[in-house]
Amino acid sequence: MSTTKKFLYVNRKAPYGTIYALESLEVVLIGAAFEQDVSLAFIDDGVYELTKGQDTKDIGMKNFSPTYSALGDFDVSKIYIEKESLEARGLTLDDLLDLKYEDEDDDYAEKDSIHVVSRDELADIMDEQDVVLSF
Amino acid sequence: MAKLHTVNKSPFERDALEACLRLAKKGSAVLLIEDGIYGAMSGTAISDKVKQAMSDVSFYVLGPDVAARGMKEDKIIDGFKIVDYNGFVDLTTEYDGVHAWL
Repeated sequence: MSTTKKFLYVNRKAPYGTIYALESLEVVLIGAAFEQDVSLAFIDDGVYELTKGQDTKDIGMKNFSPTYSALGDFDVSKIYIEKESLEARGLTLDDLLDLKYEDEDDDYAEKDSIHVVSRDELADIMDEQDVVLSF
Repeated sequence: MAKLHTVNKSPFERDALEACLRLAKKGSAVLLIEDGIYGAMSGTAISDKVKQAMSDVSFYVLGPDVAARGMKEDKIIDGFKIVDYNGFVDLTTEYDGVHAWL
């Protein structure tokens, strides 16, 4: 009997102002360690979690954004970003981390983990999940 | 009684910045800190509202919070002054009290 379920982690909070973004990342890594089928969605202020160039040395907090780049090594390669949330914040894909994974079914070719999707597409992705955890 | 208003919440998650802009008197100052710094960025759904308030109110943003969040200083709305922690302290002494919006 297969015990693999489809898990979606929904991220809606900016980093550093609250602990949600960091806690979500911790739980994502746990889900991946149990070899579940993990996807991540970044909507609303959650898109700010993935900005590149974060430099926290002057606010006395740990910069956890490099951890997102390690997700590919944990077979977390489905990262969905809502297009409308990016646009409302004046952001484009160029403002975000360049997240990659190696596709073991395609001779370990390096591929993009990030997929910018519309609100309607994201609704369908959410609908397909067995478990949705919202942060 | 020109006050210093601080806003530490994202304008896309809470309406603290909008409430502050609605009630800040001419001659007062608004300092955006923590998640509030997103309100200082240009090209967003709220940037026009901030620009409109600039004729009456001085705007400041805390640089270390901008850098921590990976936001680029060249994308901050023209007219904002970027301050460090010492600048934050100076502002609290220059104005007649602090209104910390939450």
